[in-house]
Amino acid sequence: MDMIVDLTRLKPGEEGVVREIIGGPGLIRRLENMGIRTGRKIRKMSSHFWHGPQTVQVGNTNLALGYGMAKKILVEVER
Amino acid sequence: MKKILLVGNPNVGKSAIFSRLTGVKVVVANYPGTTVEYTKGKTRLLGEAVEIIDVPGIYSLSPTCKAEEVAVKMVSEADVIINVVDATNLERNLSLTLELIEKGYPVIIALNFWDETKHKGINIDVDKLQELLGVAVVPTCGLTGAGIRELVMRMREAKPGKKVDIDYHLRWQKIGEIVNQVQKLTHHHHTFLQILEELSIKPFIGLLLAFFVIGISFVVIRFIGESLINYILDPAFENTWRPVVTKISQALGGKGLVHYILIGNLINGEIDFGLSFGLLTTGLYIPIVAVLPYIFSFYLMLGILEDFGYLPRLAVLVDNLMHKLGLHGYAIISMILGLGCNVPGALATRLLENRREKFIASTLMAIAVPCMAQIAVIVGLVGRRGFLPLGTVFFTLFILWVSLGFMLNKILKGETPPLLLEIPPYRIPILTVVIKKLSWRIKGFLFAAIPYVLLGVFMVNMLYALKVIDFLAKIFTPVLKNIWGLPPSAISALLVGFLRKDVAVGMLGPLNLTTKQLIIGSVILAVYFPCVATFVVLTRELGIRDMIKSAMLMIVIAIIVGGILNLIL
Repeated sequence: MDMIVDLTRLKPGEEGVVREIIGGPGLIRRLENMGIRTGRKIRKMSSHFWHGPQTVQVGNTNLALGYGMAKKILVEVER
Repeated sequence: MKKILLVGNPNVGKSAIFSRLTGVKVVVANYPGTTVEYTKGKTRLLGEAVEIIDVPGIYSLSPTCKAEEVAVKMVSEADVIINVVDATNLERNLSLTLELIEKGYPVIIALNFWDETKHKGINIDVDKLQELLGVAVVPTCGLTGAGIRELVMRMREAKPGKKVDIDYHLRWQKIGEIVNQVQKLTHHHHTFLQILEELSIKPFIGLLLAFFVIGISFVVIRFIGESLINYILDPAFENTWRPVVTKISQALGGKGLVHYILIGNLINGEIDFGLSFGLLTTGLYIPIVAVLPYIFSFYLMLGILEDFGYLPRLAVLVDNLMHKLGLHGYAIISMILGLGCNVPGALATRLLENRREKFIASTLMAIAVPCMAQIAVIVGLVGRRGFLPLGTVFFTLFILWVSLGFMLNKILKGETPPLLLEIPPYRIPILTVVIKKLSWRIKGFLFAAIPYVLLGVFMVNMLYALKVIDFLAKIFTPVLKNIWGLPPSAISALLVGFLRKDVAVGMLGPLNLTTKQLIIGSVILAVYFPCVATFVVLTRELGIRDMIKSAMLMIVIAIIVGGILNLIL
């Protein structure tokens, strides 16, 4: 079944498709320039404890984003 | 002279191509009116003298920070733009490429990391890409130098084009179409480096690896530094320089003002390079023999870790801890650079987004991160008294770093912005790039350090000779003796510390201090004030008001910490 979760909810190794970024135009643009855009495949690599940074892979790029920022990225996953 | 600019996203291998294109004459320059640094070099290409500029990495032509603003300004002044594109990340990189082409700049594309596409299962049709973009595309590999010749030969094809305005969203659509047409992905097995990449950002294994990497780095830095001192530089100094200065000393009759300034005090009738404190003795010995080897080994290790791509991973791993100190993970890079020299450390704080974070990072670094020159002399001087005293100095500074950061985070209003950073893949460092970077960092040290060291030694000798030190010692006795438990003559070290911290610590040597006094003296010299070079840069970066606040904090903390150490040790 497909479901929409935010990026922090993805398990390490799990893959999904970016559906929406909730944020101002500045944040959206920064994320888009770094490769996180609606419709793109995204894979969670790791998630650090105590609401630490989340690392993800989009295309061949690895990115680290803060927990709060990752919460704003909604991803569709198959579970 | 023709200006050729290397422009591209961060981590696309611009520096490697830069060092392939330029010869040895490379300088680091500041963009006028800013602290943004870039490297440039002059060379001859196709019989023409040209200037090649390595522009700071940018994601787009609409800047989001000072460094990007500068990059955008520089781009508009170029005669030729070599747009360096990471072939393994075509889609994301093409955004900047299209912007450059749309603006009508004379662009040629270096499709870099071409060799990596094969083992990553990426297949790019270069001819098709060239056709779709309408500019020359040359596959390159900075590591082997493949494609660089062709890149130079085809540079003439870069011509200014027509300006077109394309909607931002349409651009991504266009990129998608281009990528679909030119790139095919096939399945590939993970390489060893890729497995290591994943492991080093896992929460637990990553931290273990980080401890391992940092531990190994310290051992290697110490080993190379000590070996260079004990087996090469110290013997060389003893064998070639000692006879010369001994002759000078004898010619001057072993005493008098000139002898005092040039040679210093004779210890048991002989010159002691560590203790005599003349311009030609200790003044040369400290920068060249005691400090240079550590600068060399530190920057060698740092350069390798930087080019391997390890530092951003460290930033991710420590992000949590750093948030407790009001900083985000990336600030660890300022601190690591600060361990080499506080000046580049202070410059690196501009990567931090807001004023609060810059203030915290700069203050923490200036107070609790001693530079390598200072560390080298502390290791030489305090290390002689055993491991425990040496450990006490650095442990105190570390505790200070953590607790002060924690306090500043609580006191200062505002939030720490979240981390957002690209983690580049691991790449085997290119020897020539590492050596080039190492050599300009060492050159920077020698040119900046030696004049100040000599000035410091000269100044303090003059002040001694004019009895100014005795006078100041009397005035500052209450603080020095009653709070810190130091002899009043230690004021000379505090004075020189404004100029050079390494010389200042070295001045504690001839004072016949107890181990406890030596520990307190070393800690205070690290904390109480930055050296003049750092002070200038910090003032420029923070602005005068924040700098005054920061400096007050330093002085107060030096008094308190010195006092506490005096009570509990």
